[in-house]
Amino acid sequence: MTQNDEDAEIIAEFLVESHENLDQLDRDLVGLEQQPGSRELLSSIFRTIHTIKGTSGFLAFGRLEQLAHVGETLLSRLRDGEEQMTPAIAESLLLMVDTTRALLEVIERTGTDADPSVEVAPVVEVIERLLTGDPGTTAAPVEPPPAPATGGADDLAEVDAPVSVSPDGIAPAPPVADAQTATEAQPSVVDASVRVDVDLLDTLVDLVGELVLTRNQLLQRTALAEDVELARASQRLDLVASELQESVMKTRMQPIGQVWSKMPRVVRDLAHQLGREVELVMEGHDTELDRSLLEALKGPLTHLVRNSMDHGIETPAVRLAAGKPAKGTLVLRAFHESGQVVVEISDDGSGIDPERIASVAIQRGVVTREQLARMDGREILGLVFRPGFSTATEVSNISGRGVGMDVVRTNIERIGGSVDLQSEAGRGTTVRVRIPLTLAIIPALVVGEGGERYAIPQANLVELVRIEGEDLERDVEHLAGAPVLRLRGRLLPLVQLAEALGGASPDNEALTVVVLQSDDVRFGLCVSEVHDTQEIVVKPIGRQLKSLGMYAGATIMGDGRVALILDVAGMAVAAGIGSTVEEQAEARGSDGDRTSLLVLEVADGRRAALPLGAVARLEEFTPDRLERAGTAEVVQYRDGILPLVRLAPAIGLPDTSHLQEQLSVVVHEGSEGRAVGIVIDRVLDVVDTSVVRSDVGRRAGVLGSAIVQERVTDLVDLAAVVVRAGGAA
Amino acid sequence: MTTDATLVEEQYCTFWVSGLFFGVAVAEVQEVLRTQPMTPVPRAADAVTGLINLRGQIVTAVDLRVRLGFPPRDPATAPMNVIVRSRGEVVSLLVDDIGDVIDLAEIGGVAPEPVPSNMPARVQDVVSGVRPLAGSILLVLDADRAVDVSSAPDTAGGKP
Repeated sequence: MTQNDEDAEIIAEFLVESHENLDQLDRDLVGLEQQPGSRELLSSIFRTIHTIKGTSGFLAFGRLEQLAHVGETLLSRLRDGEEQMTPAIAESLLLMVDTTRALLEVIERTGTDADPSVEVAPVVEVIERLLTGDPGTTAAPVEPPPAPATGGADDLAEVDAPVSVSPDGIAPAPPVADAQTATEAQPSVVDASVRVDVDLLDTLVDLVGELVLTRNQLLQRTALAEDVELARASQRLDLVASELQESVMKTRMQPIGQVWSKMPRVVRDLAHQLGREVELVMEGHDTELDRSLLEALKGPLTHLVRNSMDHGIETPAVRLAAGKPAKGTLVLRAFHESGQVVVEISDDGSGIDPERIASVAIQRGVVTREQLARMDGREILGLVFRPGFSTATEVSNISGRGVGMDVVRTNIERIGGSVDLQSEAGRGTTVRVRIPLTLAIIPALVVGEGGERYAIPQANLVELVRIEGEDLERDVEHLAGAPVLRLRGRLLPLVQLAEALGGASPDNEALTVVVLQSDDVRFGLCVSEVHDTQEIVVKPIGRQLKSLGMYAGATIMGDGRVALILDVAGMAVAAGIGSTVEEQAEARGSDGDRTSLLVLEVADGRRAALPLGAVARLEEFTPDRLERAGTAEVVQYRDGILPLVRLAPAIGLPDTSHLQEQLSVVVHEGSEGRAVGIVIDRVLDVVDTSVVRSDVGRRAGVLGSAIVQERVTDLVDLAAVVVRAGGAA
Repeated sequence: MTTDATLVEEQYCTFWVSGLFFGVAVAEVQEVLRTQPMTPVPRAADAVTGLINLRGQIVTAVDLRVRLGFPPRDPATAPMNVIVRSRGEVVSLLVDDIGDVIDLAEIGGVAPEPVPSNMPARVQDVVSGVRPLAGSILLVLDADRAVDVSSAPDTAGGKP
């Protein structure tokens, strides 16, 4: 595509958009007459004019920009209440709008706004006079608008039919006669496109979806029949239906170039402001995606571009010193990949230093040292997306105004997308945003429960885990009745789908866990059956079900039956799963290292804690399983004998564990694989906290105490306690 | 004597629920369907029987027996769907049996009566008027109220 073509295209888009905006403007202005001073209407008008000003500046329509600029200034004062609406002001606004419209027509006809038949100066003058607030003249200038026509004004007054003077606002008089014929001769850009109600498009999408379903059913049937004609007809139907579906989907599609069109301006301004030299390269202009997604993408993309300019690309001096060309390059690329739209923002700037990220993350309490040690480079880079993280050493006015990368991530995830960051220190950074083509059709995992099917959006899916036999016994624990799964060293809360749906939990020998993630909540959903992944059409559900929160909508399966789509965030709330304990603790932020503790109750309400790492399993035994081997208490456990030690006496407290209905046992496996069961009253919680140990309460079997969950808790000296069992056994 | 608008007002699509004779203004009814495959919605209000696929549109089915606090339908008998439009949405009312469309203007002479105050509150809640006819009493159903399952009083009136 040549530069000229591109420009022409941008101008055409600008015109279509502006004409639509002007229609809105007319309605708003009429509305304003009825509700003078309506903040809402004023804001709407302000936004429209502001948009026109911005784009005209970018396209170098100087006169239009000048006009829109004064109009915008006046409107912003009205909006902010600095100026009161008067008939004079209303008049001048109408005049400004009419002149804007006339200029747009000139641009459409000639490609520039230089046509002297439309006068701008007098209108600007009128508004400027209003702005300077000269009360003596505010009334008078209202008259002059018609005046320029008669040659009263300074410049360009010789034209016979100036457009600037039709304050009635119905239809601006077309400029000079020959120009008018020119307009009639060729269809206007506005005529080449049709505005269609989005509701109508949605209906079309629905109907086509239904057609495709019917086709599928028909195809299944014809495959069994032997009628050749029928087979041929259904094949044709198959083709036509597919093409129709594609076309209808396209009606909602718009090129990403619409969002990009304002980037050159953003980049130019920022480069100027920050003293950078930047070349902007844009590839894949015409990559299309759903209109609603495009809207949602605007903010995040602009933010990412600002980020690259501010934190990525260095000043020319620094770049030269690093042996790079003085001019940095910022590349925006958009393309389709496996049913998704990928947008890349890459710069050849300084890149991101993982060590700096790591130190900032610790300093701001985003992660603990311990967690950091377990992360790989990619995960560390991912920290910039965590809430509360911003590496800008000082808050600049370009980025770092409280809108961080976490907001970018949240916004993109909201539309079912994902963000990924790659960086090489000194070489540059690439942010890759993936978004679905459309919101209406999403990939989903279909699971089965109680004879019904449920769809889970793929965007929430982390992994599928199947646990059976011994693993089930070893990895799934119940903490105070709540099932958790040990998954690669982390505890994952489990939710039985059957229970969440109000049924009884099935007693399975194997567990199929769908690991789900929504915002910062991660949990495992236990399902009875996993069917397959498929593209589903999301359809809204009635208001009778809106309050449930557990369902994001419904879809129609291949056999024509309805299946509900699970809302993962809603399920987490319904199941009472918040951010995991660990993540909550992270959010609180703290200095010092953190330890995971198992908090227990012993001796009738006293609290004690064991390091979670020392806990192999939690078990419950009925008291009748208790046997004796010499003086020691033991239970038969996993084909062996497990010696028990009652914790309370071991740490010098009265023993109340025999009063419990069940024997709660913490199984600790020693260095030589010898297990010891520590008998407690009950498990209270698992917490991840920074422990400040105090020597208060230090005694045999107790290292000291600490405040855990705002309560004083004994820290158990595990070695000393285990020795008691070992000695006794 | 009557305008078209009132004519339509006087036409009712009738049906039976637990022996009661109901009518909904034909303007509010989209269509009447036989029993449809139903997908249950766990955790939804009791009166919500499930979702049906109406030519690609997902429609919530509300069982009027449950909504009105009547005993459940004999499982052997299949309910009928009266599809009504209510506040921009389409909802199916599950009823026992469908009657004719009757035109009160044609029958003539039946003045609307107020809702008898001794009817169970749950029924009064959804009935906007009562029209005594020759052989039966027509209860005019307010579809908007009938599909509003959240407002169904839990204990009031009738037997649970």
